[in-house]
Amino acid sequence: MTWSAAARGAHQPDNTAFTQQRLPAWQPLLSAGITLPLFFCAGLAFLGLGLGLYYSSNAIQELEHDYTGDADAGSCAACAAQGQGRAPPPPCSCSWHFTLSELFPGPVYLYYELTGFYQNNRRYGVSRDDAQLSGLVSALRHPANECAPYQFSAAGLPVAPCGAVANSLFNDTFSLWHQRQSGGPYVEVPLDRAAIAWWTDYHIKFRNPPLVNGSLALAFRGTAPPPNWRRPVYELSPDPNNTGFVNQDFVVWMRTAALPTFRKLYARIRQGNYSAGLPSGAYRVDIAYNYPVRAFGGHKLLVFSNISWMGGKNPFLGIAYLVVGSLCIVVGFVMLAVYIRYQDQDDDENDDE
Amino acid sequence: MGRATTREDLQDNKDTAFTWEVKANDSTYHQQFREKGFLCWRKRKYQTNGIHTAKYNIFSFLPRNLYEQFHRVSNLYFLLIVILQSIPEISTLPWITLFIPLLLLLLIRAIRDLVDDVGRHRSDNAINNRPCQMLIGKSFKWRKWKDLCVGDVVCLTRDSIVPADLFLLASTEPNSLCYVETADIDGETNLKFRQALAVTHHELISPKTMAAFNGTVICEDPNSRMHQFVGSLEWNGRKYALDIGNLLLRGSKIRNTDACYGLVIYAGFDTKIMKNCGNIHLKRTKIDLFMNKLVVLIFLLIMVVSLVLSLGFWLQAHEFRDKHYYVPAGHAKGPFVDFFLIFWAFLILLSVMIPMAMFIISEFIYLGNSAFINWDLKMYYAPHDVPAKARSTSLNDYLGQVQYVFSDKTGTLTQNIMSFKKCCIDGRIYGPDNEDKTFPKENPYLWNEFADGKLSFFNKELLSLVRTKQDKVVQEFWRLLAICHTVMVQEVDNQLLYQAASPDEEALVTAARNFGYVFLSRTQDSITVVELGEERVYEVLALMDFNSDRKRMSVLVRTPEGSICLYTKGADTVIFERLYKRGVIEANTERILSAFTEQTLRTLCLAYKEVEESAYQQWQPQHEKASTQLQDRAKALQQVYSDMEQGLQLLGVTAIEDKLQDGVPDTISSLKKGNMKVWVLTGDKQETAVNIGFACQLLTDDMLILEARDVNIILDSYGEHSKLVRTPKRSLRFQLQNEVAMVISGEFLDHLLVSLRKEPRAVIQSEAEDKARQELSAIRRFSMMWWSLGTSLSSRRSKRKRKNESPEARRERAFVELASRCQAVICCRVTPKQKALIVALVKKYQKAVTLAIGDGANDVNMIKTADIGVGLAGQEGMQAVQNSDYALGQFCFLQRLLLVHGRWSYMRICKFLRYFFYKTVASLVGQIWFAFYSGFSAQPLYEGWFLALFNLLYSTLPVLYMGLFEQDVSDTQSLRMPELYVAGQKNELFNYWVFSKAIIHGLFTSLVNFFLTLWITCDTAGPNSLSDYQSFAVVVAFSSLLSITIEVMLVIRYWTFLFLGTLLVSLGSYFVLTYATQSLWAYQLVPKTFPFLYVLHSVLSKAPFLLVVLLNVAVNTLPILALRMFHHMLRKPRFKEQVEAFPSEVSEEPMPQFRRESRVRRSSYAFSHREGYGNLITQGTSLRRPHGEGSDTNVPSGTEIEEVLPSTPREPRKISFMMSQRPQLRSRAPSQDSQMSSTLSLASTPDPDPGHSGNQPAATNRPLTGQGWLSEDSSLPFAEAEAPVLERSSLPWDKSSGGWAQGLWQKASVPNQVAIETSPSQTQESLSELPMETESESLEREPSPMEWLPVSSEGQLSPPLGEQAPVGTKGQVSPNTGQPVSRRPDPRDKGAEPFTLSNKSGST
Repeated sequence: MTWSAAARGAHQPDNTAFTQQRLPAWQPLLSAGITLPLFFCAGLAFLGLGLGLYYSSNAIQELEHDYTGDADAGSCAACAAQGQGRAPPPPCSCSWHFTLSELFPGPVYLYYELTGFYQNNRRYGVSRDDAQLSGLVSALRHPANECAPYQFSAAGLPVAPCGAVANSLFNDTFSLWHQRQSGGPYVEVPLDRAAIAWWTDYHIKFRNPPLVNGSLALAFRGTAPPPNWRRPVYELSPDPNNTGFVNQDFVVWMRTAALPTFRKLYARIRQGNYSAGLPSGAYRVDIAYNYPVRAFGGHKLLVFSNISWMGGKNPFLGIAYLVVGSLCIVVGFVMLAVYIRYQDQDDDENDDE
Repeated sequence: MGRATTREDLQDNKDTAFTWEVKANDSTYHQQFREKGFLCWRKRKYQTNGIHTAKYNIFSFLPRNLYEQFHRVSNLYFLLIVILQSIPEISTLPWITLFIPLLLLLLIRAIRDLVDDVGRHRSDNAINNRPCQMLIGKSFKWRKWKDLCVGDVVCLTRDSIVPADLFLLASTEPNSLCYVETADIDGETNLKFRQALAVTHHELISPKTMAAFNGTVICEDPNSRMHQFVGSLEWNGRKYALDIGNLLLRGSKIRNTDACYGLVIYAGFDTKIMKNCGNIHLKRTKIDLFMNKLVVLIFLLIMVVSLVLSLGFWLQAHEFRDKHYYVPAGHAKGPFVDFFLIFWAFLILLSVMIPMAMFIISEFIYLGNSAFINWDLKMYYAPHDVPAKARSTSLNDYLGQVQYVFSDKTGTLTQNIMSFKKCCIDGRIYGPDNEDKTFPKENPYLWNEFADGKLSFFNKELLSLVRTKQDKVVQEFWRLLAICHTVMVQEVDNQLLYQAASPDEEALVTAARNFGYVFLSRTQDSITVVELGEERVYEVLALMDFNSDRKRMSVLVRTPEGSICLYTKGADTVIFERLYKRGVIEANTERILSAFTEQTLRTLCLAYKEVEESAYQQWQPQHEKASTQLQDRAKALQQVYSDMEQGLQLLGVTAIEDKLQDGVPDTISSLKKGNMKVWVLTGDKQETAVNIGFACQLLTDDMLILEARDVNIILDSYGEHSKLVRTPKRSLRFQLQNEVAMVISGEFLDHLLVSLRKEPRAVIQSEAEDKARQELSAIRRFSMMWWSLGTSLSSRRSKRKRKNESPEARRERAFVELASRCQAVICCRVTPKQKALIVALVKKYQKAVTLAIGDGANDVNMIKTADIGVGLAGQEGMQAVQNSDYALGQFCFLQRLLLVHGRWSYMRICKFLRYFFYKTVASLVGQIWFAFYSGFSAQPLYEGWFLALFNLLYSTLPVLYMGLFEQDVSDTQSLRMPELYVAGQKNELFNYWVFSKAIIHGLFTSLVNFFLTLWITCDTAGPNSLSDYQSFAVVVAFSSLLSITIEVMLVIRYWTFLFLGTLLVSLGSYFVLTYATQSLWAYQLVPKTFPFLYVLHSVLSKAPFLLVVLLNVAVNTLPILALRMFHHMLRKPRFKEQVEAFPSEVSEEPMPQFRRESRVRRSSYAFSHREGYGNLITQGTSLRRPHGEGSDTNVPSGTEIEEVLPSTPREPRKISFMMSQRPQLRSRAPSQDSQMSSTLSLASTPDPDPGHSGNQPAATNRPLTGQGWLSEDSSLPFAEAEAPVLERSSLPWDKSSGGWAQGLWQKASVPNQVAIETSPSQTQESLSELPMETESESLEREPSPMEWLPVSSEGQLSPPLGEQAPVGTKGQVSPNTGQPVSRRPDPRDKGAEPFTLSNKSGST
């Protein structure tokens, strides 16, 4: 087929690398030369990472206590029994005593943990109005339909904040007391309850409606609190920066958990004498036992924990890295063995490719 | 399609009622007829000539396109889901998630359909607006094609295209002839003629008379039979029979006829060619179907999973309602309603797993791959400026799975150009000096004013020999070529233009012309030749035309000097037995002949003798007597001719090349290496087809060639021996060892399709059994064959256990299985419909992907039937291309189309699908796992935006890249190793196994991503905790995205900067769009739609999250990498072992079959020649009407009586009645008759090599002639066949041979009669018994049914003559003695001017 290339036909296709599928290309091949070093390097790297993670995770101390009170353990059992079958349960308080024999290094974080609580249930999760929470007045007056049945109160007033998530706000409160010497008085350990929520949540996502005459209460006038709440939303805290929709406890709660067992940050201990951690001694946690969990077989836990560079205590991640790393190296060796075994046959074929 | 075709056929046979009534010049009459249509819509019975293939118009586009789109179940399903989603109760996903992809999908498809339809509108308009002249009032006016109606009278001029099926009323040519070229219909380029009824031809001589014409044509309803037409014309109270010879078919071209007039019988979609086009069928690829199956499977799985998850919900619902007080109770309508709702909620949630985006992307991939085909410079045919074109954009991957290639011959494999290649004069070869195709700088034929300069053959030596006039043999050689032919000449612009019945003949005459022996003109009794500048007029004493059993043609001329010469050219066998001596030169020539044949050249022997005046005087009366004889004239004439053609002197041999297209043998061999079966389906003769088969190396010498009869035996024995079960190994060996090819004819297929059409089985069976019983020896020969073949067929069959099949279907299946074992199959003399039926047959029984390639309108049906239709944009019109899926410029591009583009497309789409399913499962199954942790409440795991954009954007581009650009091996490697193609044929790259592997892999990935994250989450607390739902969702999503992206990087073997670009863009778009949808701006806009404020940002800003993502990705990737590595390392040696083991299976086993004699010589005369215009030339008027539907119908003798009586006016023949008798005739076949034919065949089998038996010239070869005669005449009217040959030749010089011949002729005539009574196919069977061992030419049959040239029998006085006699003014005496021709009383006709094809003086 030798025809003159001089006269280009009207329909002649373009002769470009793209149209002729001749783009310069690199054709990576699964060859032992690449894979083996990859496996060994990855293995070593993962082992290193895993060791680091493992040790840093191990260095973290954790102290947790189940105060649900269903095992007749502790003083909360009475509260639990008292609240049984009553909604809303009557206010009750109990306490938890524990002793630290040595310093619990700081900064110490206080969490509460709930189990068996399905914050990820779809009906529960959608029952909120982000528009309302972002401070839109119109949404405040007209909560979204998803909030039903916590959309309007029995009196017909719009609920603020509406929805099941807000309605089920965790309302146990804790205070920590420290007895420096045995028999001595209990001194209250200051709990830093600020900045426990995500920065973006507190500063951006959750906004109070514009103040009316400088008063938040007026802004919320004409709304009803969720039925389970004892106080209206603007009275959640005396601190004007921590009340209303931007109350940190509320914000933390509103960031729903992924799994039915979850921990939420309650407070940080980093002030005064306790900035270095909790010194040794006896401690008492006073608990305002309000939140009913026994109905659905859940548990309430209190957790003291400190953190490392990679966050809270998390032994699994380190172990996982260690396992993956060592497996990589083992597989690498097996591969090497197989490669050597079949190398001869490989050679000529590799030449082809 | 297959089914549709057969049904159509069945219908065809039924609707022979004569309800089609056409009144000339009466359009109002036709408009009143309505046929029942849809509801109250009544369709007109007689359609106008406009055609509308476009689907939509402006108004119907939107509704109809939407309707069609929602015809797809998947679209309907998605629509349903979108609707469901809007119900808040069960709406688990934001509306955007599904709505945007659906909208895009619909939009893209609609645009594509629109573009397609605009193209169709354009082509429709182009055709409908072609001009034509129609009779309006009393004059002809230019109108458009679409204005034509049934009953209109149309005037067509030279070279115009026939706009509808016309009944030819009159023409300007003498004898009411009209020459047409049917290249667009059947792909044959030679001229055919149609003839008007004498009565109309003579009456309708002016527009006025035409306008007054009020005849009525009653004929069959429109049907698809191209070569059959039965009807009658009623005019002035008389009835005249019409047949196909009176019909001009739409799409043919008027040639060499100044003007002709026709009456529209069928218009528009009713025309035969349109009826043959079949319907437009939506072709879908295997992968496409499989993809749909998988989508259905996924859908079912989703249903099941939803059901299971809803059950889980149901089990927990009680607990949730009673205990989990914080969860809103919903609309407590009872657990069952909740269950029902949650089921739909899950269905919506999981519907993202139905890969809607896959459909969109695959459209793009198909489109892109089609574009690459269009762009491919290596498939661009520069001489015609034709690039390859993928007209259908949805079949690309099918190109990678083709198992059967059905190819047309003429114009597809060959260029349909005959070129004079070599010659041998007096025992010396003169080949072309310019082998390397460099033409000498100056035209060597310049000295010759008549040279057309197109001859590529050039031989200096020969030229000088010619010019010096030294060598007498050379002179006679060229003189012969210039004189002995039936070419018509025409002078256009002072240039001679030859019109020949066959391209071979034209090539020969043209060669002679260039060498200075120029054929100038002819009259009935003279030929004018310019011999090297000297004009000589030869008086033609007799012209003994070619026919297929004479296989030669002679001219007896008186030279200007007064001597008498006989010039003969013909097939080598017939010439050699007529030579007066066999000397050195002859032996030499024979060797050269073999050499030519080896080069697959078509040869022709030339011989001459000088006839003594006395011998001529003795012969002449006999000739005259024979030619005036009323009965058996043909036979008598043949005898007389044969007497004359004796004692010849050999001049030489010409070799003509039927030029193959470039690269055809290479292409075919690489297709065969790619495990594709190549079948050649051609309307041409068997010999031509076989010759081409050899030329393009489809057939080789060591192949075992099965013919129709062998196939029949095998098929029959297959039925009997189907109980025998043999080890399949044997059959494998058989296959490996013997290359088997099959050569069958349309007649055989008819037979097979007879069974397909459910004709009484008994007929065939008894015939077959008779055959089997008689041909014991043959059975013995084939016994070994069916041991191996038949049993392998049956063992295969027994596995399938299809006992309920009808015997016909079983026979068909057996045939297809047998044929599929052949390396090559050649079907000759097949009609367009049969071509399609063969394809349908293979599709039906083999479930294989078929590709049909052709260039003519006769291939359209096949192209449409096959899974892939490829049209060659050749010289033969655009019909094939317009109906094809792919258009190519050359056959050889098929190689690249299949092996490169097809393989790539298939590989790409498979990789794409595998990866796409993987990716869908890997990233979206997490939602199912999450359901277990969210109380089965159908909580989505991912952000709605992620779900909406994941399949559309985040993971799309690399996949698209994969589908468009991936190359596992380069194109050159693909071409070098056609074996790679096999993977596609075996569906290796994507099947259920690959699919399940992809799914398992995906499940693994999703499990890792979900559960690793989950376990880590469980364990964490603190400010960096990802235990909140949104972080969790983002981490899992991000891990999934990274995992699948790394997977695509591992899968892609062809990394270009484009790929890097797609990676960057898709990951980049993830970040950008995620940040955008999680931005404050979006949140403030619609907080509800964009709830994930800054989640990705906070996730990415914390190291532990990244560690989790890293761990997920590593755990996903490394094991897979290791597995692949092991697979790679371990597979290679195994593969190698296999390769080594493979050839060892080919063990030596004696060939049980008879090998055919080594190559039979193939003579061009036998191949391509049809009877020329010999009759026209010598007799002019005595054109006998072809019988019935053409050559493949036996018209029983009844008609003859009418025809031989010249004075009887033509009566309408009841052809339909006679045709209906055929089966009865066949069933009468008495067995002893067949015995007769078998004795005959036995008698002739022993003849070992007739080609070399020239020493006893006539004796041994006579049976052969008889045989050939028998085959030829099997279709001739009974009157000729039955009558014994009684007159005895009393010529002095050849008594003995004549006597021999007499005896044998008589002997032959008895079985002949039988053969006619039984069936054509049986005759053919009995004949094909000795074809290859003896002479392939003996298989010669009548000319193709597409042909309307006069049949050989000159002995018939045709009725038109009888009618013409009183009209003819110039007085003609005997029609065959070279007297002035009877001419139509056309005043423009100036009478006795040289008889040429064109009637120059009468131009309009």
